[in-house]
Amino acid sequence: MTLQLFFFYLFSTIVVASAFMVISSRNPVHSVLFLILTFFNAAGIFLLAGAEFLAMILIVVYVGAVAVLFLFVVMMLDIDFAELKKGILQYMPIGVLVGIVLFLELALVAGSWIILPEIAAGSVLPIDDTISNTRALGQVLYTRYVYLFLGAAMILLVAMIGAIVLTLHHRKNVKRQNIVEQVARTPETAIKMVKIKSGEGLTK
Amino acid sequence: MTPDIGITHFLTVAAILFTIGVFGIFLNRKNVIIILMSVELILLAVNINFVAFSGHLNDLAGQVFALLILTVAAAEAAIGLAILVIFYRNRNSIAIDDVNVMKG
Repeated sequence: MTLQLFFFYLFSTIVVASAFMVISSRNPVHSVLFLILTFFNAAGIFLLAGAEFLAMILIVVYVGAVAVLFLFVVMMLDIDFAELKKGILQYMPIGVLVGIVLFLELALVAGSWIILPEIAAGSVLPIDDTISNTRALGQVLYTRYVYLFLGAAMILLVAMIGAIVLTLHHRKNVKRQNIVEQVARTPETAIKMVKIKSGEGLTK
Repeated sequence: MTPDIGITHFLTVAAILFTIGVFGIFLNRKNVIIILMSVELILLAVNINFVAFSGHLNDLAGQVFALLILTVAAAEAAIGLAILVIFYRNRNSIAIDDVNVMKG
């Protein structure tokens, strides 16, 4: 067994085990932490497959942003975890059945196929080993796939606006600063001159 | 890609991961957060397939596509969690069984 194969088995074992813990652990916080472990080891698998840039992006985007977002939401919502786990076995049989059928089909596909030689020979974008993976991706992402790049940017923009619109809500009965009102104040509207007789004080 | 790791290895890992994701959706009928995480696992399995074939066929297009999948998955997680937060605000629960407001 070579070193690469050893690391592949190590990464994939941890990926599968921690993915299973994601769906089966009792506490959603643990689930999120196992999800982070899954992504880290999937990044290792990406490295072994030769996609260095995607491996780093997986760590930065998923572990740094998405998983932390999950963690925030899990900790922010005050959920009764014991209540959530009731009736978890209700859908177990059909889940196991569908899982087994699905895995058998996928394994059959994974085990028995060939790549036509003309497809293997004529790849769309041959990987150039002399330049780094990041550079190669950048060279095609901003030129050949620039419309896909802009589409991805639009998707992220829509997601950002959507998330803000969905979660922003103005509570009533909260004092807020009204800048227009503040700026529009003049001495005439803000100050009231009152003549007070000596010795009587101001009685309202 | 290193030649001594066959593509079947990658495909098997991705198949197991995909199955675990689908299984998680079936299993957790009470917790929407776990379902969102299962969707992330499924997308990760798809990405492993794309990257493995990209290395195997010596074609960079697979990695570009995987990058776009990552983008969509991040956007989907953000929107899903936003919907989850407002759902919790309205119903004080995140159980799937309570998602019946739109029942006809």
